[in-house]
Amino acid sequence: MSNILELHHLKKYYATQKAVDDISFDIKKGSIFGLLGPNGAGKTTLLRMITGIFFPDEGEVIFDGKRFDPLNDAVKIGYMPEERGLYKKMKIGEQVLYLAQLKGLSKSEALEKIKFWFKRLEMETWWNKKVEDLSKGMSQKLQFVTTVLHEPRLIILDEPFSGLDPVNANLIKDEIYGLSQRGSTIIFSTHRMEQVEEICDHIVLVNLGKKILDGTVADIKQQFKKNKFRVSLKEIPATIQFNGFELLEQQANTYTVKIKEGFRSNDLIRFFLDQDITIEAFNEILPSLNDIFIELVEGTTSVSRKFQPVH
Amino acid sequence: MNKILLVARREFLSRVQKKTFLLTTILLPLLIFGFYALIIYFSVKSGDNLHIAVADEANILDGTIHSKEDMNFELVKNQTAETLNTALETKKYDGYIFIPATYELMGKDSLQLKSSKAIGIMTREKIQKSFNDILEEKRLLSLHISKAQLDSIQNNANRIKFATVSGKTDDDSKAGVSYIVGYISGFLIYIILFIYGSMVMRGVMEEKVSRIAEVIISSVKPFQLMMGKITGIGAVGLVQFIIWIVLVFGLQLLLPLIFPDLLNQMHGQPIQPAGIQAAQAIKDNGGMTEIMRSFSQINFPLIIGCFIFYFLGGYLLYSSLFAAVGSAVNEDPQDAQSLMLPITMPIIFAIVIMTKAVNEPNSGLAIFGSLFPLTSPIVMMARIAHGIPDGVSLWELILSMVLLIAGFIATTWLAAKIYRTGILMYGKKPTWKEMWKWAVRKS
Repeated sequence: MSNILELHHLKKYYATQKAVDDISFDIKKGSIFGLLGPNGAGKTTLLRMITGIFFPDEGEVIFDGKRFDPLNDAVKIGYMPEERGLYKKMKIGEQVLYLAQLKGLSKSEALEKIKFWFKRLEMETWWNKKVEDLSKGMSQKLQFVTTVLHEPRLIILDEPFSGLDPVNANLIKDEIYGLSQRGSTIIFSTHRMEQVEEICDHIVLVNLGKKILDGTVADIKQQFKKNKFRVSLKEIPATIQFNGFELLEQQANTYTVKIKEGFRSNDLIRFFLDQDITIEAFNEILPSLNDIFIELVEGTTSVSRKFQPVH
Repeated sequence: MNKILLVARREFLSRVQKKTFLLTTILLPLLIFGFYALIIYFSVKSGDNLHIAVADEANILDGTIHSKEDMNFELVKNQTAETLNTALETKKYDGYIFIPATYELMGKDSLQLKSSKAIGIMTREKIQKSFNDILEEKRLLSLHISKAQLDSIQNNANRIKFATVSGKTDDDSKAGVSYIVGYISGFLIYIILFIYGSMVMRGVMEEKVSRIAEVIISSVKPFQLMMGKITGIGAVGLVQFIIWIVLVFGLQLLLPLIFPDLLNQMHGQPIQPAGIQAAQAIKDNGGMTEIMRSFSQINFPLIIGCFIFYFLGGYLLYSSLFAAVGSAVNEDPQDAQSLMLPITMPIIFAIVIMTKAVNEPNSGLAIFGSLFPLTSPIVMMARIAHGIPDGVSLWELILSMVLLIAGFIATTWLAAKIYRTGILMYGKKPTWKEMWKWAVRKS
């Protein structure tokens, strides 16, 4: 499967900091990709280079096999920035049409697509209202529509769920899945790790302008697993002393253990089977992305960073 | 190019479709016109008819006195100061002039007018003029100069006629009309630059305030967005301007009714001396017909052509500067005001130079002002009104135009660089030094 996007050694330096300091990664077509990182890590700068708003100081962006051409590739990309905003006094229908035309759609194409999406998300009555008449959740929904209207190959969503109630969040999530199935690639930038775990295939974690993690969610969890297991037993065993594991926690009949080097899960199971204890549940505890994130990033975020001149 | 037009169209339509657009476009000039008309009317309109008694004890007036427009002079006999005072109190007269028996016609004593109420300055001037005309006549007659002789001395038929080396003789009224045309067109451009310049600035701030800047910039280049806004708002200005011209032509039908009276009133009023000269020149040369003839002496196609050029050039130059400022500020209107100041200064400076250039189109200051791109749109209009080559030589005009074009290309280029950085930057207000850095940094 080929890549929709390849970033090669991107660099962007500002006077007081290295916002993006040599970052490279690839994004496969059709995947749902998570771009993670603490505040000030360089995510927004990276996204702006991908969308052509900023130009990198060094490095290049390869879009769909070719050198990225901001002017002509604009129509193939949809970008919903974290700074959410629309023209307040403009009528909604007009505004969506205007934005679609700016992307490069013809008027008739745009109108067709607007009708489709408005119907799908039950926004038909909004056409003549002004943006300032909408509630926050409604305007988020509207902004989402303007981002995906032209069925772009690459959709970039920066904190798409912020401010949405669970119902609307779910609606957007379903739309994201649908778009992905229809062949669009989605880049998701967020702090909400539980959503990342749920939705993304592949993630990249950046901090202080550098890439820290790059892999599928499953692989990364494997990478950081601590060999922790949870086992629920029917009876209390005679002994739980075993040199193959370390008991971490016990709650009634459920034991959380850490299996030591050289031993594996089967050894743990055999230990209990040998005592003729009925095993009711047994599973590996993989670290949550949240935990991994905190572990990697704690103490290094921009909150604790000093401003230093760039050499 | 297409995207610039898209943006321009949106800017244009969003302003023109507002209900308030037609309202302000039509109402505003009507209000201003009405305002000025009222001011002029009140300032020149005399008070009520004044009834002034003249007690001529020295008998210098020979028993005759003629009243002027709204001043009734009445000769009275056998009155004293006291009886006249009583007459004032009973409102028989509004005031009196007591010429004592000892008064000498050719002497240096001045007369006094006592009135029941304070008399305003305009009316005093009128009384001065009226009465002193009478006295002057009497004095000349006592020197045995007849009225006919008097008139022939004062005949203006031998006035010096002015002509330039190019050979054409022109009337004084042409100078007067040039003055007015130059003044008005210069002032018009001044107003246009201010109004539409700040409209561009506010328009540019709109993307930042609604936080839609990033979304738009992901679809169009910052330069396209900036030019789209400048073009769109310029188009709005053009439409408003055309509506105003139509209105003014309509109001012109009312003007001749007011004008002749105005000129008479203005004569003798303490208004700007230069304006008086112009008005005097026009009046002495026969009023409206002369004006019409002078208008034909003025090269209107040239003036209109230049006006359009300088209006466009000046707008492009200044609106890009205003756009640069608008992109740098962050929603706080006070920041916008303070950054706006350095840009508005050359415009005001231009008006100052213009007031000199209308009178002396070939002075050093006028020449400089008409060539320097930041001031030329306003100053050159003042010079052009005098025509070529009287007011400005052809090569100067061409040089000025070339410089203006170079000027607005330079400011647009500069503004685009500031705009592209400023529009995405939130947070602290940048200093001029920072903005300069954005401008020179390579993209």
